[in-house]
Amino acid sequence: MTETAQDTVKEAATTPLTMDALEPTLPARSQWRDVWDQFKHHRGAMFGAGFFVFILLFVTVGPLLWHIDATYIDIRARNQGPSWGHPFGTDQLGRDIFARMMAGGQISMAVGMTAMLLSLFLGTAIGVMAGYFKWLDGLLMRFTDLFLALPLLPLLLVIILLFRERLNAMFGPEGGIFILMVFAIGITSWMNTARIVRGDVLALKEREFILAARSIGTKPRRMITRHVLPNVMSPIMVSATLGIATAIITESALSFLGLGFPPDFPTWGRLLNDGTDYLQQYPERVIWPGLAISLTVLSINYLGDGLRDALDPRIRGR
Amino acid sequence: MNFKKTLLSAVAFAAIAPMALAERGADGNVSIIYWQAPSILNPFLSGGTKDVESASLIIEPLARYNEKGELVPWLAAEIPTVANGGVSADLTSITWKIAPGLLWSDGTPFTSADVKFTADYCMNPEGGCAQLTKFEGVTSVETPDDLTVKVTFEKSTPVPYGPFVGGESPIIQAAQFANCTGAKASECTAENFGPIGTGPFVVTEFRPNDVITMVANENYRDASKPAFASLTFKGGGDATAAGRAVMETGEFDYAWNLQLAPDVIANMEKGGKGTTVAGFGPLVERIMLNNTNNDPALGPDERSVVRPHPSLSDPAVYKAMSLAIDRPLLVEVGYGPAGKVTCNWIPAPDAFNSTSMTCDQQDIAGANAMLDAAGWAMGGDGVRAKDGVRLSYLYQTSTNAVRQDFQALIKQWFSEIGIETELRNINASVFFGGDAGSPDTFQKFYADLEMYANTFNGTDPQAYLANGLCDKAPRPDTQWQGENISRFCDEEYDALHAKLSTTADIAGRAEIGRALNDMAVERGMMIPLVHRGRLSAHANSLGGVILNVWDSELWNVADWHRVK
Amino acid sequence: MLNFTIRRMVISIPTLLFISLVIFLLLELAPGDPMAQVPLTVPAEVKEKMREALGLGQPIHIRYVKWLNQFFVIEPLNLIDYYAGTGFAEGKLRVISWQTRSPVMDIVVQRMPQTLWVVGMAYIIGVLIALPIGIISAYRQYSIFDQAGTFISMVGFSVPPFFSGVLVIVIFAVNLGWFPSIYNTLHVVNDWPSFVVQLKQMVMPVMVLALQTTAQVSRYMRASMLDNLGQDFTRTARAKGLRESQVVMVHVLRNSMIPVVTVIALGVPAVFGGAIITEQVFKVNGIGQLLITAIQANDLPMVLTLTFIFAILIVVFNLIADILYGLLDPRIRYD
Repeated sequence: MTETAQDTVKEAATTPLTMDALEPTLPARSQWRDVWDQFKHHRGAMFGAGFFVFILLFVTVGPLLWHIDATYIDIRARNQGPSWGHPFGTDQLGRDIFARMMAGGQISMAVGMTAMLLSLFLGTAIGVMAGYFKWLDGLLMRFTDLFLALPLLPLLLVIILLFRERLNAMFGPEGGIFILMVFAIGITSWMNTARIVRGDVLALKEREFILAARSIGTKPRRMITRHVLPNVMSPIMVSATLGIATAIITESALSFLGLGFPPDFPTWGRLLNDGTDYLQQYPERVIWPGLAISLTVLSINYLGDGLRDALDPRIRGR
Repeated sequence: MNFKKTLLSAVAFAAIAPMALAERGADGNVSIIYWQAPSILNPFLSGGTKDVESASLIIEPLARYNEKGELVPWLAAEIPTVANGGVSADLTSITWKIAPGLLWSDGTPFTSADVKFTADYCMNPEGGCAQLTKFEGVTSVETPDDLTVKVTFEKSTPVPYGPFVGGESPIIQAAQFANCTGAKASECTAENFGPIGTGPFVVTEFRPNDVITMVANENYRDASKPAFASLTFKGGGDATAAGRAVMETGEFDYAWNLQLAPDVIANMEKGGKGTTVAGFGPLVERIMLNNTNNDPALGPDERSVVRPHPSLSDPAVYKAMSLAIDRPLLVEVGYGPAGKVTCNWIPAPDAFNSTSMTCDQQDIAGANAMLDAAGWAMGGDGVRAKDGVRLSYLYQTSTNAVRQDFQALIKQWFSEIGIETELRNINASVFFGGDAGSPDTFQKFYADLEMYANTFNGTDPQAYLANGLCDKAPRPDTQWQGENISRFCDEEYDALHAKLSTTADIAGRAEIGRALNDMAVERGMMIPLVHRGRLSAHANSLGGVILNVWDSELWNVADWHRVK
Repeated sequence: MLNFTIRRMVISIPTLLFISLVIFLLLELAPGDPMAQVPLTVPAEVKEKMREALGLGQPIHIRYVKWLNQFFVIEPLNLIDYYAGTGFAEGKLRVISWQTRSPVMDIVVQRMPQTLWVVGMAYIIGVLIALPIGIISAYRQYSIFDQAGTFISMVGFSVPPFFSGVLVIVIFAVNLGWFPSIYNTLHVVNDWPSFVVQLKQMVMPVMVLALQTTAQVSRYMRASMLDNLGQDFTRTARAKGLRESQVVMVHVLRNSMIPVVTVIALGVPAVFGGAIITEQVFKVNGIGQLLITAIQANDLPMVLTLTFIFAILIVVFNLIADILYGLLDPRIRYD
């Protein structure tokens, strides 16, 4: 894998040979157009994107169309199986699981995506800096060691103790706890990404094309954005996929411990957790949230795969 | 042929069965699972139920409560009373007679010196004894002879059955713990992990927070007991798994305290390998009402300290709230056979259970009418308000599946009477921890309503009723310690409680107790919800289990046997 | 490289001291109280006395220095005493747990076997399965094998152990009755039948844990292999006429190992840290269960000691990973 700009040049040189004779030159064809073309021919990626959009619509538009509130208790209708009124049945208090899946998905998706992006950003930034700048390596990696060593639960308790009241006052109870959750999950899960990215950058730094780019006087900033980052995309993509699953599960574990969202906010992780006790009597209660989390993660995985292939100029056009 | 064989085996069985019951160690191994793992076998250094109950297999008190809450002699020959002269007429001393011929598991005789040593051990100011309340007011413990112990109290004590009574106050061996008093108490690892006792079992290996193995005590006072030769006590995990291991897979014989939803329990019982047993002590799940103002805008030294609460001080508000709650439904959803509806703070023993109030009918319309009459007018947002004060409450509790279900239900009922609730659940180790630095402890009560359960040991609620006294309120100058969580304060209540502490006659005590209970509930200390029982499960093949909520659940383990 | 290793080891000491200080302060700051699990029936004054008996009345810096002395001086002396039969540490106070009032290190040693048996075994199995899956998935990208591997590993990773653990218990212990649902930590392996019993009780927790490891490691392996399969050096190797197996297993694999080595090295301290949820679900009662119960009981000496041991392992294994980078790709230099 070489650097993208270089490849555009290479590709421009080779395309006329393989292109259709009716289009001898392609001056206006942008790089992103190529990426999109490749992406849309990737079956897995299209499936992933489609499903992802479906889930997004399900959790955002769904609640507008579905008339039952996720927290409304209809105690006479508890522990019901699927029916037209309750397509996924009801839980032990008679709340509609379909509505809870939609409401829960909103929180889980929002927390999962934002926390994953935050952790990815931190991990990539620290990993690239440590790998690229030798003088930062020692400091940043010892910092990473420190974070890896911190016990998660007491750390979260401290974060909540210090910031909850203030955030609640600023953003209201829901907004406050959302920011707190994203922040807590984000800052406790970037370390693996950072170490992996750093390892790759260390190796990459010694490759010929980097040396070449450096020898022509490319500035570090440009080196990183144009040459280093595109070449460490694939481990970052894997981190992203795994990160979103971890974030959704961690959120549920935190809520379960009473460190997360108030108990009347359903999330997928919490639905799964609550349903586990009823695994034998009402297996569908764990199947829906379990399936939702798994399929979301799968769809992001395929999206990532497609994106990676599309961004790799050597695979593109194959 | 087959018939003959069956007949033969039946005859053989009939012949063996009574013998098996009469022989120590004939029934092999019994296994017990507690989903909280014991961390120490010395109940004086840890007040945790798991530690007290696991230790009760090994060390025993002079007397304990039976399943009906009555005192029965254990290592003592009889229960001292005023009638038999064991308790002095002025109620300042009690004289215990130890049953003769008792041996420790190491073969040495059990004497009054051990009893006196136990008292000294716990009352040592540097020891940090968890059961110090058992010895409250004790001025001296004397040993006139090897089998007599006389405990003297500083003042007249109507109920002198604190020291050496119940699973929390067992007798430890003086010879073993002689070098472990005071500050050295916590250094005696071997002693704390393997106390020598008089009980039916002896520790062979103790793995803290994991598993204990025991064998039958060779020197147990009844030569035919215990029926089991060995005992395995596993700890850890969760209640679901413990219930499953007894009732569904049959790997264990006894599972402790299964706090699970009723339908989960019912499904486990279908496994057919075990049954549940329930018993009721004085444990009550309740909503505490904050009697002080908890507005976050007040400073840390005034929040939840200054009176009154802007809206909860109005009886109409908390009475309407109580009326809006469907208690039978709460019992059905949350506790099933392990719960009963109660309107009382003290639902047991029976003599103390007040009958003056009823609360088993939900009445939303009545609650609404009550609020209307009190001038709380419904606002446009569905929340009632009066003079700019909105009925909007923060309702917190510890993290626990049943409690979160209760929160959801109660939030909905409150919304139907125009009360808005914000829910919060807090990690139990923070909520019940007394850390003065945390805003989330139940003592600080930085909320309007909070739900938890509480109980008392033994059968006399005097100390428990003291939780309603003005000066027991947690506040900054007590480092937020104190048992009067709701900051209830009523002169009449304090006066009546003072009267209780000088009344000796049982009927009179019960009458005052009931009056105090009614006063606390009627005047806005709490909204009692559910009288909770203890639900445990045992294998169908385990006989002799009698669930006891007044003492250690494992109190009669010596009588347990294998049903053939 | 030797120079680098020595320098890093020297730097590790202040790093670890700093980490221990941060952990200590964090635990001090965290809300919680060692008396949280004492029943509400025990009054506040008694709890206050119990706290004092634990040494909580002393100022923070004194307690920190005390712990440093206990951990770095007295515990090693005890170890020497144990092996050499000497008496250096006699009468000196070791790191004592607040819950059990016994030396923390004794409990750690007691818990090690089951953690290593279950969590360690699961990790080794997980990695051993993951590597070939990752390699084949990348080599035969978008084949049925790859698709199935992707699906299973993603579902495996997204299903948390609190659910998958209970699921396998219900299937294999309750319905089929094949395996015990509760791990017996007292079980001693001394002959073939007892080994079979040990295997039986290990199957379920190992299965649940290995699934997570496999999913993670195989994804990184696959992604990294894919990157390198298209590289110029691979083409060169093929052009040289090397056998395909040699191209893939030597040239591509070696260059793809860097992220995988990182992930594996990051996972090893976690093995010693145990698996909190899985250990609880199966009652394995290893280090993970020890840590979580200590955190719940606010047993600071225990939590501090355990997390500090993890910190040492983290620093050591990250150092090992850095050294391995240099071996895998000689162009990487730290000097």
